[in-house]
Amino acid sequence: MSQHHHDHGHDHDHSELSDVELRVRALESLLVEKGYVDPEALDVLIDTYETKVGPRNGAQVIAKAWSDPAFKEWLLTDATAAIASLGFTGRQGEHMVLVENTPQVHNVVVCTLCSCYPWPVLGLPPSWYKAAPYRARVVMQPRAVLAEFGTSLPAETEVRVWDSTAEIRYLVLPMQPEAAKGLSEAALADWVTRDSMIGVGIARQPAEA
Amino acid sequence: MNGAHDLGGMHGFGPVAPDPNEPLFHGDWEKRCFALTLAVGFTGQWNIDASRFAREQMPPSEYLSTGYYEHWLFGLEYLLVDRSLATPEEMDAGKVLVEPKPIARTLQAKDVVSTLSKGGPSERAAAGDRLFAVGDKVRTRNLNPATHTRLPRYARGKVGTVHLAHGSHVFPDQNSQYQGEAPQPLYNVRFEGEELWGSAAEPGACTYIDLWEDYLDAA
Repeated sequence: MSQHHHDHGHDHDHSELSDVELRVRALESLLVEKGYVDPEALDVLIDTYETKVGPRNGAQVIAKAWSDPAFKEWLLTDATAAIASLGFTGRQGEHMVLVENTPQVHNVVVCTLCSCYPWPVLGLPPSWYKAAPYRARVVMQPRAVLAEFGTSLPAETEVRVWDSTAEIRYLVLPMQPEAAKGLSEAALADWVTRDSMIGVGIARQPAEA
Repeated sequence: MNGAHDLGGMHGFGPVAPDPNEPLFHGDWEKRCFALTLAVGFTGQWNIDASRFAREQMPPSEYLSTGYYEHWLFGLEYLLVDRSLATPEEMDAGKVLVEPKPIARTLQAKDVVSTLSKGGPSERAAAGDRLFAVGDKVRTRNLNPATHTRLPRYARGKVGTVHLAHGSHVFPDQNSQYQGEAPQPLYNVRFEGEELWGSAAEPGACTYIDLWEDYLDAA
């Protein structure tokens, strides 16, 4: 079935997407008319996660951890408070734990039961994180899944998978690349990818603009 | 419940397919569905555990053949009916046919940012002593409730080691059924790959899972 209908005439067969669109539209009208939701609040909710809350927040946390040993120590002992000190708090990040990658240990995060993800530092999760292949496989075959992301680890590195089954949210502290040593905090943040903070990738040199 | 959502260890889904140019939302309806779910959630007519349980009610064949925000839409429609906030006829018609249910609060645009920043912590004051300490060996119980649980199927009846004691947290199994928060100690438990997957385990891999005290026995 086409997912790209542009013709919404009544006599035409609606794609699955169009049916869903119609249901959501009807639901919004109903809930606004019932007085349960303020339509302007919906716009602010969307704008918040489209423009304000995303993985650049987490990159700031990691860059600071790389350049400030006291902050890193704070993150490792009380990630919730340390991250809150940078202004990142709230929904889906109420209880944070930082897990540190080293040459001996590589950490990767999943939610096999739904889609738990640390919103205040990473924003909303990408589709693959919420979809069946990742949730099904990463607990059983983490190295194979990491390889699909282009991440291969030495055989002697232990792989730790964190299944987010409660309201604790895990953030990976990726290893700081040798070539990124000595850079400013602002420059370091550009080396921190979203995937490196989930643990499916590693920190890397930003592409030239 | 042993639903299609409990995916850990299943075969047959193929490779992970990351799209480096993926938009945050695929189309306007995903945005509206996301925002509607959060906004109605703030009215306090249900809790986060009930909303997860609602999505788990989607029939397994549908759950596995639809996308993420379709799960959310299913969950939202389910909760609105379950909590007597709307009828299926109203959702079809897109207009009010029965008197709205009186609700204590709605989320206003000016309060969105502060409400999100506050969040909804699940930690509560500990009521008593915890049974286990970091380093203790524990075995997960073989629980198969038809209602909501956060003990994944792949981790039932398995022996692990307590890695962290997280404090006392709202217990989803009870909270999802509107039976109160019933907070109890929450632990992070390390399981070796072989314990979970036998000879299919990758060498040098292990899994850390957050588990409530009622899921655990001493081993």
